[in-house]
Amino acid sequence: MAQSFFGGIHPHDKKAATNKKPIEKLPPPEQVVIPMSLHIGAPCRPCVAVGDQVRVGQVIGEATAFVCAPIHASISGTVTAVEPRPHFNGTNVLSVVIKNDFEETLDPSVRPAEDPDSLTPEELAEIVKNAGVVGLGGATFPTHVKISSGLGKVDTVIINAAECEPYLTSDHRILLEYPEEVIGGAKLLAKIFKVDKVHVGIETNKMNAAELLKRKIEEEHAPVVVDVLHARYPQGAEKQLCQALTGRQVPPGQLPAAIGCAVFSTATAAAIYRAVYKGLPVISRVVTVTGSGVMEPKNLECPVGTPLSDLLNCCGGVSERTYKLIMGGPMMGHAQYSAEVPVGKGTNGVVAFAKDEEKTVKEPTCIRCGKCTSVCPMRLQPLFLYKYERKDMVEALEAANILDCIECGACAYICPGRLHLVHSMRMGKQKVNAAKAAAKRAAEEAAKAAEEKKEG
Amino acid sequence: MTDYKELKLKASTSPHVRTKEDAQAIMLTVIIALLPALAFAVYNFGLRSLTVTLCSMAGCVVFEALYRLIARKHQTVGDCSAAVTGMLLAFVCPVTIPYWTLLIADFFAIVVVKQLYGGIGKNFLNPALAGRAFLFSWASIMSHWAAPGTKAAVWGAVDVVTYPTPMSYLHANDLTGLQAVYDLPAMFTGRIGGCIGEVSSLMILAGFVFLLARKVILPNIPLTYVGTVALLTFLFPRGNDPVEWMLYNIFGGGLLLGAVFMATDYVTSPVSRKGQLIYGVGCGLITVFIRYFGGYNEGVCYSILLMNLVVWLIDKNVRPRRFGVAKTAIFKRKEAGGK
Ligand code: SF4
Ligand code: SF4
Repeated sequence: MAQSFFGGIHPHDKKAATNKKPIEKLPPPEQVVIPMSLHIGAPCRPCVAVGDQVRVGQVIGEATAFVCAPIHASISGTVTAVEPRPHFNGTNVLSVVIKNDFEETLDPSVRPAEDPDSLTPEELAEIVKNAGVVGLGGATFPTHVKISSGLGKVDTVIINAAECEPYLTSDHRILLEYPEEVIGGAKLLAKIFKVDKVHVGIETNKMNAAELLKRKIEEEHAPVVVDVLHARYPQGAEKQLCQALTGRQVPPGQLPAAIGCAVFSTATAAAIYRAVYKGLPVISRVVTVTGSGVMEPKNLECPVGTPLSDLLNCCGGVSERTYKLIMGGPMMGHAQYSAEVPVGKGTNGVVAFAKDEEKTVKEPTCIRCGKCTSVCPMRLQPLFLYKYERKDMVEALEAANILDCIECGACAYICPGRLHLVHSMRMGKQKVNAAKAAAKRAAEEAAKAAEEKKEG
Repeated sequence: MTDYKELKLKASTSPHVRTKEDAQAIMLTVIIALLPALAFAVYNFGLRSLTVTLCSMAGCVVFEALYRLIARKHQTVGDCSAAVTGMLLAFVCPVTIPYWTLLIADFFAIVVVKQLYGGIGKNFLNPALAGRAFLFSWASIMSHWAAPGTKAAVWGAVDVVTYPTPMSYLHANDLTGLQAVYDLPAMFTGRIGGCIGEVSSLMILAGFVFLLARKVILPNIPLTYVGTVALLTFLFPRGNDPVEWMLYNIFGGGLLLGAVFMATDYVTSPVSRKGQLIYGVGCGLITVFIRYFGGYNEGVCYSILLMNLVVWLIDKNVRPRRFGVAKTAIFKRKEAGGK
């Protein structure tokens, strides 16, 4: 039976607004803006120019490094601009803007692999890479890198269907509506990593999906097992899910591969299936559009690069009292300044708030209740880290393992003193990393100086 | 359709949702948890228990509000922590205490112990207990104990004979004498003499269960504290019956009130779970030590105050084990196979 992870919280999941609503296809957008950075790692180099005709699935951004994944046109039409545009990370990023011709012409490169069952793990990884598959749960780490760095080390493959973020239901709907794709992706992963079982970790608030999966798995005799976990945030964080399912803890600063685990999100598994069996790259995604500001919450399937405003319009628009627009879930998502930023590969939700859910206060004060410590899944003591960060005590920050923080926000959620703990964690990490970099530079310079002295 | 340019969008760091439970909600829960004990006090000592308690709460709130006003700091009485301090301070005083004496203690607790160190979260001594300890300068006033069933007058000098409390017998190692005055059921329900809020173990336990259920406190400190006292008094009994001696020690002398409501004060107790265990055991050891060998019979009050002084040391040295470095089988596997 599943073991559990440390700490955690039970926020109201608010999933009822959308978890019974089937995925709807968004009407084709007028234009899409596709940033050349839709993943962790090096950005892509655009390989189309203004005026070019592009077809659905055509590569428009080439990978420039190992930790990078190509980017494809999500609609057919004309390239109208290749220029920096607002990105959901808050900066301007070089983007390819495509005006829709509404023809949906497929690129000839989009075709299923011949004889998919005879492919070797390396060939499968290559297909995954060329299809631009990245961690679609939000982390957007290139999947082919995860595969190639895990080969030979991984003995436990996990499909992350926890979807522990409140409000979001996109994975839940994918499980209910495309279970074959998720199971198909899991089978491919089993083959790639040569394991006899793939674990699907799912929370108790999605029992209908868990039952459906179990039925399908039985019908197909698929090498997949469904592990039902008690709902708790942040169950879906990679390290926590590994711990919940295997009892193993990822050592500090390392990846799950270090303990023999590899975690892929539900949508990623489905994307792997589509890449192999349909030849489809990652060009669309299911987004939950919800929150107190949205008139009619929905689960929408839309092309990558669709502006958020198109999604919101499809949901009846937003209330004019909307004061916050979040890309991702409310626990770890990023608040946006503008509704014109595009949907990325990892965009699983858009949450608009019109009512205060944050309960901020003017003078946050720590009352030393220790709740932050109790809920921290990484066993940190946020109240002390906050203090050290405030006082610029960089060494103390590092000694208290601030770099272990996964920024899950459980501490800030529970804090009765309303401290901005996650903000402090981020600042603190920056300070520690900056100090480390400075120390490294100093050491290098000293070494160089010593060398020069010797030579001279 | 909505004009998205018109929206005033706010960008702040995640998380974008927070629990409803704030400091005020927690303090109100503590006040509710103290109500059963207060109700019993009114039954046991008369209406004056209520007026004394309200007076003390009002005193603490007013002193805090005035201090923040004069010091030009943002107002904090809304968090209700001052009201809790006032309530607890009254609970550890005899019902006969004159109102003015109590107000002096309130002033000391709120202004000197809490606010001069920066207010909530910054003080290192429990304000209520420090206020109580301050009152020992009026030792004569503080030892006018009313008998159970007294109807202490709300106004005027309270004319009650000094009635023996369980503590006076326990301190004199006189178990037989104590058994003659109060039987165990009386000790447990609280039909005994003593401070306003400490007499009824039953009502305090009700509050304890409520606090646990509302997740305001963890059981760590109360259990280790009372457990340590129970173990030591059982192992080294004074008198003929170790079990009875142990039970009289647990139900008498404010141990439960201290363990449940004072030693668990967030600000002045360790934050880590392991630290809380150490702290609880420390409180228990010192309590028994003072009861057995000390000159006063206020073991609970002083033991908690003494342990308050070492909380920073516990916090500094007792930290949770780092994630991913536990000595589990898998970690060993990694060491063996990884390198
Ligand atoms: S949860 Fe907030 S108030 Fe409580 S100890 Fe942590 S930082 Fe302080
Ligand atoms: S945000 Fe960091 S410090 Fe806070 S609970 Fe999550 S891991 Fe712990």
